[in-house]
Amino acid sequence: MMNHKLVRGALWAAIAIAGAAAMGGIALNRGESINALWFVVAAVCTYLIGYRFYSGWIAARVCRLDATRATPAERLDNGRDFMPTHRSIVFGHHFAAIAGAGPLVGPTLAAQFGYLPGTLWLLVGAVLAGCVQDMLVLFCSTRRDGRSLAHLARDELGKVGASAAMVGTLFIMVILMAVLALVVVKAMAHSAWSTATVFATIPIAVLVGIYLRMLRPGRVLEATAIGVALLLLAVAAGGWVDRDPALHAWFDLDAKTLAWFVIGYGFVAAILPVWLLLAPRDYLSTFVKLGVVFLLAIAICVLQPEIRMPALTRFVDGTGPIFTGKLFPFLFIMLACGAISGFHALVASGTTPKLITRETDVRMVGYGSMALESFVAIMALIAACVLDPGVYFAINTAAGIVGADPATATATITAWGFPVDAAQMQSLAQHMGETTLYGRTGGAPSLAVGMAHIFGSAFGDGLYAIWYHFAIMFEAIFILTVLDAGTRVGRFMMQDVLGAVWEPLGRTSWNPSAWASSILVVLGWGYFLYIGVIDPNGGINILWPLFGMANQMLAAIALAVVTAIFVKSGRLQHAWVPGAPLAWLVTVTSVGAWQKITSDDPRLGFFAAARDLADKLAAGLLPPERMAVAPKLIFNQQLDGWLTLFFLLVVWVIVADMLRGCLEHLSGRRPARSTETPYVATQLT
Amino acid sequence: MKTIAKGWRRFWAAFRAVTGDDAYERYVAHHQTRHPESAPLDRGAFYALELDRRWKQVSRCC
Repeated sequence: MMNHKLVRGALWAAIAIAGAAAMGGIALNRGESINALWFVVAAVCTYLIGYRFYSGWIAARVCRLDATRATPAERLDNGRDFMPTHRSIVFGHHFAAIAGAGPLVGPTLAAQFGYLPGTLWLLVGAVLAGCVQDMLVLFCSTRRDGRSLAHLARDELGKVGASAAMVGTLFIMVILMAVLALVVVKAMAHSAWSTATVFATIPIAVLVGIYLRMLRPGRVLEATAIGVALLLLAVAAGGWVDRDPALHAWFDLDAKTLAWFVIGYGFVAAILPVWLLLAPRDYLSTFVKLGVVFLLAIAICVLQPEIRMPALTRFVDGTGPIFTGKLFPFLFIMLACGAISGFHALVASGTTPKLITRETDVRMVGYGSMALESFVAIMALIAACVLDPGVYFAINTAAGIVGADPATATATITAWGFPVDAAQMQSLAQHMGETTLYGRTGGAPSLAVGMAHIFGSAFGDGLYAIWYHFAIMFEAIFILTVLDAGTRVGRFMMQDVLGAVWEPLGRTSWNPSAWASSILVVLGWGYFLYIGVIDPNGGINILWPLFGMANQMLAAIALAVVTAIFVKSGRLQHAWVPGAPLAWLVTVTSVGAWQKITSDDPRLGFFAAARDLADKLAAGLLPPERMAVAPKLIFNQQLDGWLTLFFLLVVWVIVADMLRGCLEHLSGRRPARSTETPYVATQLT
Repeated sequence: MKTIAKGWRRFWAAFRAVTGDDAYERYVAHHQTRHPESAPLDRGAFYALELDRRWKQVSRCC
């Protein structure tokens, strides 16, 4: 017994030392390059320590998880959504639901600060904030019959807080869909190969949908195997399209046309029956996503690519070309999902709590899957940092910043201290099967080049183009799933809101209402997408910070609800566990939002940008093609400013409502009222 | 050999469960123990009902 304890202690000590050594190696390295394996070791050790000690302590002392307490899955078991499920399977479901494009794009953009800030916040943020949020929301929902975040907010905060949370969530979804759509459009623009491959995924999904509904109902694995084979074929077939001059012309589309395609697609997908397009696409994207994550992890461990990005770049001063803003607070806003993501709170209070067999599983499912998600973000960061920094900046910086022609762009980037030349970019584009890689903002092309670089070194040079387009397809397919699913959920939320105004609008099965609210949602994100496309500075520079703030604010809302629950349920002395990340998120998002609203720098402040452009327009300083779009861009900058202010107000209303409720409770003015479902002993053995 | 076969079967069962491939079988098993008096839905009807439920809420993240 004693021996056993000693061995375990020694093992954890070894993990801690290895993690600390790797972290120190990363932080103090000042050489030309550093091996990616250091990052993997630092990350894995950090997650293990966080999981073993912090989540263990939270489970035992803070939540006081009780394996003898019957969970909603057991009590309300209906064989469908409520169903006791083995914890590794719930883990798989939950991870598949929370893993998306966010942790791939965020770290890619944040790499402009160098590899170190991103790595540190992904690890620290996940272990102390992100994983904690997911676990605590899951815990609170599991103790309350698997209720949704909106429902919990209504119970804990009252009407004002709950309405703010609902409207806030709807707006956040609109921004999220716009920015993800922009990522896909930017990846497909003037790339016949990418466009053809991504378009082909639509009929493939429909085919799989028909198979699953008509031919072999519910045979998910058979259908997915067929679909994945067809997807791989579509990646190769895109190459044939690209090489055929006539077909190439068909699919060589500009960003504006593609934006209209995506908007039309979003609307059609939202009103089609789910079995035809949405559900089969989701099966395919989940498989491809998990497969790629797994492959990438193996490739990084086996091939151990060298990180070429410096630890810190000069852009920590706020003058970055990919997005403007200083390290604080914008690193935390831009990294978003890999460290903490508010959206996870919706899943952790949605499907997942209804599957938990034993309350103690909350720890592995909630904390564990977020740690894995953070690891995905670390891999995305590695993929961005294995590129030559000059190449990284050439791909990710918009033409409006470095100039449209190769000579100017490469000269500007070289002058920043990141040498790159036009011949190198030309040869790289040729290798990847693209006409150009300049100004391909949005993060997807740069991640695809990074992945092709990692995989290509194992499988030979000839396959670079295939890997590149496979990576683009991989991102596009699950972004399109988010667009379908998000538009549908947005539609239901919209109908919920509209139903309060006029009852028939709330009926989800009434077609005119369903169509009208779908159109409203699509127009919402379609507008931001369209503006993002016509903006010469790339659009991502505006939309991703908005998305990042919105997502972190949603996390703040979730943590505010959890904090209120903790204070009211006799966990006051541990209220700092959700309270500290909450305070941090409110600080970061408030400072970020404040800078976006009040900054005089037209590259940072929304209103400053609107003024700057208006002045230039009045003075006739703009080239003719920019004159035409300038009024739209001015309006959009102002709208973004007001929207940021609105988000800020929503968060503060909720935080104030939470504090008021807690104070009333603590002063004894309002008696304690437990919202937990009463204890029932489990019958499971 | 026997352990390999056993391991494979366990992996396959878990894989089917994670992907939702066995959802209908689990539903039928549940139905037979809890509501033996009525007949369960057929595969097609169950699949349609499941999809409708799943996609009315947030089931995918950013």
